[in-house]
Amino acid sequence: MLDETSAHSPQSHAANGPALSLDVARRQGDFHLQARLTLPGNGVTALFGASGSGKTSLLRLIAGLDRPDEGIIHLGEETLTDTRRGILIPPHRRHLGVVFQEARLFPHYRVRGNLTYGMRAAMRPRFDAIIELLGIGHLLQRFPATLSGGEARRVAIGRALLTAPRLLLMDEPLTGLDGARKRELLRYIARLAREIDIPIVYVSHDPGELTAIADYLVLLEHGRVLADGRLDALLNRFDLTEHLGGFDAESVIVASVAEHEPDYALTHLTLDDGQTLTVPSLDAGPGERLRLHIPVRDVALALSEPSGISYRNRLHATIERVGPRNDARTSIELSLNVSGQTLRTRLTRKAFDEMGLEEGMPVVALIRSVAFETR
Amino acid sequence: MLSDAEWQAILISLRVAVTAVGGIMVPGIALAWLMARHEFRGKALLDGVLHLPLVLPPVVVGYLLLISLGRQGWLGQWLDTWFGITLPFTWQGAAVAAGVMAFPLLVRAVRLSLEAVDVKLEAAASTLGANRWRVFFTITLPLALPGLLTGTVLAFARALSEFGATITFAANIPGETRTLPLALYTLIQTPGAEAAAARLCVLSIIIAMLSLLVSEWLARLARRRLHERDSKR
Repeated sequence: MLDETSAHSPQSHAANGPALSLDVARRQGDFHLQARLTLPGNGVTALFGASGSGKTSLLRLIAGLDRPDEGIIHLGEETLTDTRRGILIPPHRRHLGVVFQEARLFPHYRVRGNLTYGMRAAMRPRFDAIIELLGIGHLLQRFPATLSGGEARRVAIGRALLTAPRLLLMDEPLTGLDGARKRELLRYIARLAREIDIPIVYVSHDPGELTAIADYLVLLEHGRVLADGRLDALLNRFDLTEHLGGFDAESVIVASVAEHEPDYALTHLTLDDGQTLTVPSLDAGPGERLRLHIPVRDVALALSEPSGISYRNRLHATIERVGPRNDARTSIELSLNVSGQTLRTRLTRKAFDEMGLEEGMPVVALIRSVAFETR
Repeated sequence: MLSDAEWQAILISLRVAVTAVGGIMVPGIALAWLMARHEFRGKALLDGVLHLPLVLPPVVVGYLLLISLGRQGWLGQWLDTWFGITLPFTWQGAAVAAGVMAFPLLVRAVRLSLEAVDVKLEAAASTLGANRWRVFFTITLPLALPGLLTGTVLAFARALSEFGATITFAANIPGETRTLPLALYTLIQTPGAEAAAARLCVLSIIIAMLSLLVSEWLARLARRRLHERDSKR
C-alpha cells in the first residue's frame, strides 16, 4: 500500500520544539496506567495500542484534563504537572492544542467563530494560510451541524492550531469516518505535520495510520509502555509484529519520484542506490520523496532474477536478519536490507528451508505491483 | 377601559414579579450551576431545603419570612438598623415573598438545562485557552439558554400568581402590596362585586397567556440558533 503522504525529511523538523517528558501513574477503577516517557520535540509521535491500553488516558493527563494520582509532566523546562509539589497547570494555561475524537465544535458558533474562539493575536496573519491548508475556507459561514464528519474534524484541527499550541494532541481524529474520508483527512494531517513546525502527539489504534504519518512510536498495552522509539526501528522488530498489524504488518520504504508513464498510468520511483520501483500513477512531482507502505505478505523472494514472471518490481537485497523460528507456525519472517532501508517479508518455513536461506545472503525481493495501490 | 384600581393591581403585580425574578436570577443560576457541576457534602440537604417552598403551604413560607425578616425578626432588625430597609407591608416585601416562592422553579429548570450541556464542549473550550468564566459565559450559558428562558417564565408566572406568602408577609394594602390575586380575593370577599371580580379573572388569564406566548417565542428563537440549522442539512 502506498499513500500520497510524503516522507518527512529530517530537515523539515530542524527547529526542535520542547520535548515532553512524563512519569505518571493513575488508577481508574480496575485500570491502572503507568507510563514513563520522553517524547521528541518534533515530528509526529504516535501513541499506539488497542482500546483500553491507556492512550487516551495518557493524552488527557498531558492536556491537563485529568490529574495523575502521582507523577510529573514537563514540557521542556516547564512543569505542567507535579503531584508532589502540588502543581497542576489548568488546561487553559497549558497552551497545548487538543483535537478530540468527536470534533467537539461549538454548535452555537459558526465555523468562523469556532476557529477564532481561542485564536491568539499572533496567529491572525496565518489565519488564511491555515484554513487554506485544511481546505475549510468555503465553510466559514456554516454552522457545525451542517458539516460532514471530515469537514468538522478539519475545522477542529484548525481551531486548535490557531491557538498557537506548543504541542498538538490528536485523539484518534479519524474515528467514525469512512474509508475515503479517512484517507483524505490523513493526507491533510500529514501535510500539516510537514508544513507546520509543531510537534504532534497522535493517538491511534490503526497500524495503517501510524505507518502513514508517525515518526516516533509509543506502543501501549494494558496501561504500560511496551516499547517506544523511532517508527522504522520498531516496525522492524519481530517481537512487535503481533502488536503492529500482525498479518497486515507493513514495512515503510522511502523513495523519490523519478518520472511518470501516463500511457500505462504508472509512476517510476528511485531508491537511494538507484534501484527503481514502479507503482500506479501518483499525484506527486519528480524529485518528491514518498513513503511506500509494503505489506509484509506481499514480498516474495528469489535467489536470482527470475524471467517470465509478472512481478514487475524486483529489488536486489541482502537478508539482514531471520526472525525467530516457531515450529508450531507455518511462516517465518525475514528482514532485508534494500538500499540501506529495511524491508520485511514473510515466507513459509518450508520455502525458507528448501531455498537454504540464511543471514547475509543476497536475494531478489519481488513485490507485487498491486501492493502499491492506494487504499 | 380599565379602572384605576385595576391598573394599579396590574402595575403592582408586574413590578413585584419583575423585581422578584430579577432578584433571584443571579443566585438562582449560580446555585443551579453548583448543583449541576459539583459534588459536595450536604448537596442532598441543600436540594431539599431548596425545594421546600414548592411543597410547604405558602402561608408557612410567609410566616417564616415574617419571623425572620419582620421588624422583630433577627434579619429584619439588622436590615432596619443598618440599611433602614423595612420589608413587611411593602411592595418590596411582596417581591421577596414572590421571589422565595419562585426560586425553586427557576433553579430546577436552569439546573436541568445546565446538566444537558455537554461537559466535553466545556473541556474543549478550556483547551482552547478559555478560563472558567469564559467557558461559562460563552459555552455553558448560551447552550442552556432555552432552559434558562423556560425557568425564567415559570418563575415569573409563579411570582405573578403568588398569594399565600404575600398576604401573610406583606399584607393586602391597596396601592402598595395589593397584586392581582390579592385584588381578586378582595373583590370576592366584597358583596356585589362579582362583575369586577370576573374582569380581574379574565385579566389574569390574559396576562398568563401572554407570558406563556412570549416565553414560547423566546425559547423558539433561542432553540433556532442551536438546532434549526440541523434540519437544513
